[in-house]
Amino acid sequence: MDLILSAVDILMRWDVALALLAGSVGGVLIGAIPGVGPAVAIAILLPATFSMDPIVGLTVLLGIYGSSMYGGAIPAILINTPGTAVNALTTYDGYPMTARGEPRRALSLAYSASFFGGIFSVICLILFAPVLAKIAPMFGSREIFLAALLGLILVVVAHRGHALIAGALACFGIFLQTIGLEPVKYTQRYTFGQDFLGGGINLIVVVLGLFAISQAFVLLTDEDEKVRMTRLRGGMFQGLRELTRHPRVAGVSATFGVLMGMVPGVGEFTAQFISYTYAQKTSKRPQDFGNGSSEGLIAAETANNAVPAAAMVPLLALGIPGEALTAMMLSVFYVHNVVPGPGLFQNDMDFVVALYLALLVLNVLVLVFLLFATKSLIQVVRIPNRFLGVCILTLSFVGVYSLRNSATDCVMAAAFGILGYVLKRLSLPSVPIILGMVLGGIMEVKLRAAMARVKEPFDFIDRPVAFFLFLLIIIVLTVHILRVLKDHKELKEAEWQTNSASTSFANLMWRRKNSFLKDHGKRVRARHSKLLRRLTDLF
Amino acid sequence: MPSEREHRFAGPRRGQLVFALFLVVAALLLLALIGDQTAWVNKTKLFAQPRFWPAVAIGGMVLMGGLHLYKLPWRRVSRYDLREVKRWAQVLEFAGWFMGYVLLVPIIGYLPVTLAFMPLLSWRMGYRSPFMLWISAAFAVVVVVLFKAVLSVKIPGAMLYEYLPGSLRSFFILYL
Repeated sequence: MDLILSAVDILMRWDVALALLAGSVGGVLIGAIPGVGPAVAIAILLPATFSMDPIVGLTVLLGIYGSSMYGGAIPAILINTPGTAVNALTTYDGYPMTARGEPRRALSLAYSASFFGGIFSVICLILFAPVLAKIAPMFGSREIFLAALLGLILVVVAHRGHALIAGALACFGIFLQTIGLEPVKYTQRYTFGQDFLGGGINLIVVVLGLFAISQAFVLLTDEDEKVRMTRLRGGMFQGLRELTRHPRVAGVSATFGVLMGMVPGVGEFTAQFISYTYAQKTSKRPQDFGNGSSEGLIAAETANNAVPAAAMVPLLALGIPGEALTAMMLSVFYVHNVVPGPGLFQNDMDFVVALYLALLVLNVLVLVFLLFATKSLIQVVRIPNRFLGVCILTLSFVGVYSLRNSATDCVMAAAFGILGYVLKRLSLPSVPIILGMVLGGIMEVKLRAAMARVKEPFDFIDRPVAFFLFLLIIIVLTVHILRVLKDHKELKEAEWQTNSASTSFANLMWRRKNSFLKDHGKRVRARHSKLLRRLTDLF
Repeated sequence: MPSEREHRFAGPRRGQLVFALFLVVAALLLLALIGDQTAWVNKTKLFAQPRFWPAVAIGGMVLMGGLHLYKLPWRRVSRYDLREVKRWAQVLEFAGWFMGYVLLVPIIGYLPVTLAFMPLLSWRMGYRSPFMLWISAAFAVVVVVLFKAVLSVKIPGAMLYEYLPGSLRSFFILYL
């Protein structure tokens, strides 16, 4: 109780209240505009938050992160275009509801489900915080190294069908963070004798290039879409009542959101997918899924809104971001010399709880705002794409230039913008580059510290947590290799148009050998040679 | 007709081969330079060597990028690939607009350059109506006031502001 009171004390400031309001309203607006998304907004606002207190800056960013998904549901439901990438599943059941004349019901259900997911995860994590505070000190250098490695591997293998290129891009991220003056032996790495590379490549420059400037390029080279809006009819509060009729789907989806959010590299997509599949398989009306099912909408929206609070756990407890948005937030901590990790949970637990309370208040603010302002808010969907591109390019300047007032940073950001544009055109992921940069830096420092005390290789995993993490890495890699082998087998079967015989070359040769030795084989060969003889006799 | 491998490839075909080739060639070039661009320090363990992490990163890029290239279902650069490369080159124009904006702000000033940049780029994007141009100018003013005056983001005063009279000069340098 004392902990909560001291956390409330941290939040009782006018600038925190303003940050909460700006973050929640701004996040909803940004989420509601298709083509912007929280990553672009956070990347642009990041340097502006450096001059604020850590709690104020993080509240703004968390506000945008947490509330953008509420806003993203609006275009997903009304015009079948997800406002943020994680609202894609919302279109499956949200838009069919709009098509049959129930847009208000769909919107209020999405808001209510999102609210439940957000509140559930925050309460879970406030209750779970004391346990985390006990576990976090068990993480030394080698455990943090292994956890960072696990996070990086999970991010790579999560990109099914693109795991190899995601791995190569993650390595590119690790390479980027090695550029510059190496801090222990003071040697230059890949600076090519250029002064501007001596200080290294700034994470925010890369983030702004890959997320904001590339998105501006995508919008500027795109066509404006004509948006047909639907008139809103019906009450906005019916979703709250409807949500209470599906407590099981909402509860399980929120739990999946919390669990998946805590695992680095997994995030909203997996949580949503598992929740949606669970809801469909356990529903009495599975045929409605994809055709305007309220359970489907609840599963998707609850799961994705339960993730932001949970995603803060690896960041705060271990200093390891699990995805791009929390990786950006990590730089706010570093700027203020607040080092997230086990120490933060031991010494500044009230700060951690204050962040969670801020998220709690934020969810309430967003829900109230949306219930009363949706009618006016939906107009932002009409902003033309290319004009949005012009706005993002103008705002990107503030983000990059205000860092160090350096034109070189801007050139680098533009170059990363072009790279991000190319990756978007090819449907390849840019998140592994960011996580490679952040986690690569952590891995380099922690491995060096850990190896100083390791005499033999097995000493590295002689502590229980280290051994557990090592085991997890082995399991993840084994599962991934098995999945790749299964995909390969399926491909061969499809190419050969058979699934009864083995597609392995060794098995094929074994089967041929058996066929040669068996009586049936001998009979077949005899028949073939007889036919061949008859044929040759003709000539 | 696309083969089974092409059919199962996640994502568009155009440009994939060019990008994979570029990545692998760049990684190989970086690997070739590793002896020159990183140092090997005597009496230091392998994991603490300054060369260790660049080697891991570039090695990973070469290995995984190479495997990705090998696994691609295409072996020849088609006209669709070249058309895609041209499309990538199109964004150089907007990168140029951005760099022009960056270079002019320290000379002319944040507010005047933003006030010109937003409507000009909007015009270039095909918005000709006075309404859109006024909206873009208003957006420019809001951005400058919000970031420089309210949030006090670090953007230095322009060289041109030095020629303004006394109090106006300091006001412009501080807030616009």
